[in-house]
Amino acid sequence: MRTPVAHGSLRRRLLMSLLASAALLAVVVYFVVQSVARQVAQDSQDNVLTASALSILDSARLSNGEISIDLPYSALSMLDSLSDERVFYAIRLERVFLSGYADLPSAAAGRDAPNTPAYLSTPFLGEEVRLATVRRRVSTDQGQRFLEVSVAQTLSGQKQALARISRSAMAIGAGFFLLSVILAGIIARSAIRPLDRLTASVSRRGPKDLRPVAAPVPSEMVPLVSSLNSFMRRLKQSLLRSEDFIAEAAHRVRTPLAVVRTKAEVVERTSTDPETRKAVRDMIRAIDDSSRTAGQLLDHAMVTFRLDQLTGEEINLHRLVADTVERMRPTTELKDITLTATGKTALGKAALDTAFGNATDTDAAFIMGDPILVQNALHNLLDNAVKYAPAGADVDVTLKRMSLDNGQYARVSVSDTGPGFGDADLGLLPKRFARGANTQAIVGSGLGLTIAKEVVEAHGGRLQIANSQGGGACVSLLFPLSC
Amino acid sequence: MRFLLVEDNTELAAAVVERLMLDGHVVDHAPDIQTASDFTATTSYDLILLDIMLPDGDGRTFLSRHRQQTGSTPVIVLTARSEVTDRVTLLDLGADDYMVKPVDFSELEARCRAVMRRRGGVAQNLLRLGDLRFDSLSGTLKLPDQDIQLRPRELRLFEVLAQTPGHVFSKSTLVERLFSYDEDVTDNAIEVYIARLRRHLEGSSVRITTLRGLGYKLEVT
Repeated sequence: MRTPVAHGSLRRRLLMSLLASAALLAVVVYFVVQSVARQVAQDSQDNVLTASALSILDSARLSNGEISIDLPYSALSMLDSLSDERVFYAIRLERVFLSGYADLPSAAAGRDAPNTPAYLSTPFLGEEVRLATVRRRVSTDQGQRFLEVSVAQTLSGQKQALARISRSAMAIGAGFFLLSVILAGIIARSAIRPLDRLTASVSRRGPKDLRPVAAPVPSEMVPLVSSLNSFMRRLKQSLLRSEDFIAEAAHRVRTPLAVVRTKAEVVERTSTDPETRKAVRDMIRAIDDSSRTAGQLLDHAMVTFRLDQLTGEEINLHRLVADTVERMRPTTELKDITLTATGKTALGKAALDTAFGNATDTDAAFIMGDPILVQNALHNLLDNAVKYAPAGADVDVTLKRMSLDNGQYARVSVSDTGPGFGDADLGLLPKRFARGANTQAIVGSGLGLTIAKEVVEAHGGRLQIANSQGGGACVSLLFPLSC
Repeated sequence: MRFLLVEDNTELAAAVVERLMLDGHVVDHAPDIQTASDFTATTSYDLILLDIMLPDGDGRTFLSRHRQQTGSTPVIVLTARSEVTDRVTLLDLGADDYMVKPVDFSELEARCRAVMRRRGGVAQNLLRLGDLRFDSLSGTLKLPDQDIQLRPRELRLFEVLAQTPGHVFSKSTLVERLFSYDEDVTDNAIEVYIARLRRHLEGSSVRITTLRGLGYKLEVT
């Protein structure tokens, strides 16, 4: 049974949310770095422009009310040093243009503050420029005037620098993200680890291990683990109860049947009236019918119960087959059926050697499984064979090793010289309560093959049903060999 | 044969005792483990029929105690529980066989004899009658000049007759002991098997004679 997966894996969800946050943070980092860099670049350019403008201002001389400016070389060279920028300047005295580029706007236009530099980004002569304007009050013959110097510089260099910084910012962002991916992976794994450990400790258990989980878990998982433990406790109780129930039900059904059957046998033996004896024999057959059905129903319940918690142990199939055959022998004698077992075996008991002929140890067949179930499956096949074959028939049990679909199998076949399965659909026979053709006169519940099929398939094998060539049924159990 | 029946259900016990006595067996009934232990301490039985669910404990307890005290009496367990679960422990504890209730008494007899044969060993399983030897373990009649392998029902019939040579068995008694209730047979069905046995016994000093209206008996001449 597959467990439905809701909302994908917990680890993936955790990883995804961590990565989404990391990506968001990386983008934010990128923008912050870029804007800080732009600010810093602009500030430094502004400082240089201001210094340049101030040095021009400083070189202004006032002599005889005339203003003379000796444009200092340093004033423009400090700008040049930055890069291949074009530099513009304009000197004005109280809005009256004196020198430079007459069109160069002033950053201080409309401002009164006399001594603080003003800045402006503006297009000029088809290029983006950054412009700084400084003013100083000078005394002329017309009185106090403002001498104003504007210095502008194109921005291509700064743009290049910014692009470079952008690339670095992107690299930083990407690096940050990459680091986050690694960290997120580690975090996700360590957060999930207690869950993985719990899963492993639960799934490592054998099917019969219903002890509570004792491993320490994080506090968030304590409710889950305690629910799990309480669930297992209830399961254990319920399993024990159903085992008891099956045994008790068998007891309750069979004891009264036993009383009735025994009394009926006494009547049959003591009565001299043929009619009565015939009636009592019919009665006994009906009792056998219901007891057999009840037995198989209970067996089926028990088989299902045991299959649910199938444990593997090594089974010596030869011994199991021989034991089961020997156990069946008195029943077959009553019907004058000759029961034979063939196949090379590794049997210890001398009595069983006669059943199987001379045995050699080398041909031992071992399978893994539940011996009680395997025995029950074989018993059902034998029971069917003895039930459906007429008196005087032969029933033969064969054990062979064989290869099938690249696997090594042990095949236990039960074949009889009875009427076979007739024209019935052989595939439908192992269905619950299905019975073959020509079985009307015979007591049977139709559960025998179902049990055999369920058992053999739970052991990784298969059930084969066929009509023998010479008439008669042949049913085989194929179990994968363990060695 | 002398049986000990350990069974707590009195109604069932009474019926089983009555049924076994019809076959000429002597049966003691113990309703619990304590009584059963008392009986086995004083009396020697040919076979113990043991129920599993008993008022003063589990029949398996009695079984293992009985085996520890070197009690060698064969034990056939009668269980009403699921065959699937009980089987292995029962045989491990030393039960010779087990049957699930309700019991077919012809089958019980067949199982008893199977147990006896298994336990008897080669010497005890070899019966001498006149110039004939009979190996019940392998089911062979050893005549002076040849060995004959008997079919199961011929074997049973011969065993029944040879147990008490000279004793007359009615047709119906023989049918009871040879056929299970699965088959709808008349008393005359036994004639087929009598005829077959007679054919096998030709040339030996053993023969089966018919007493009209009474039945058959085995005679050694």
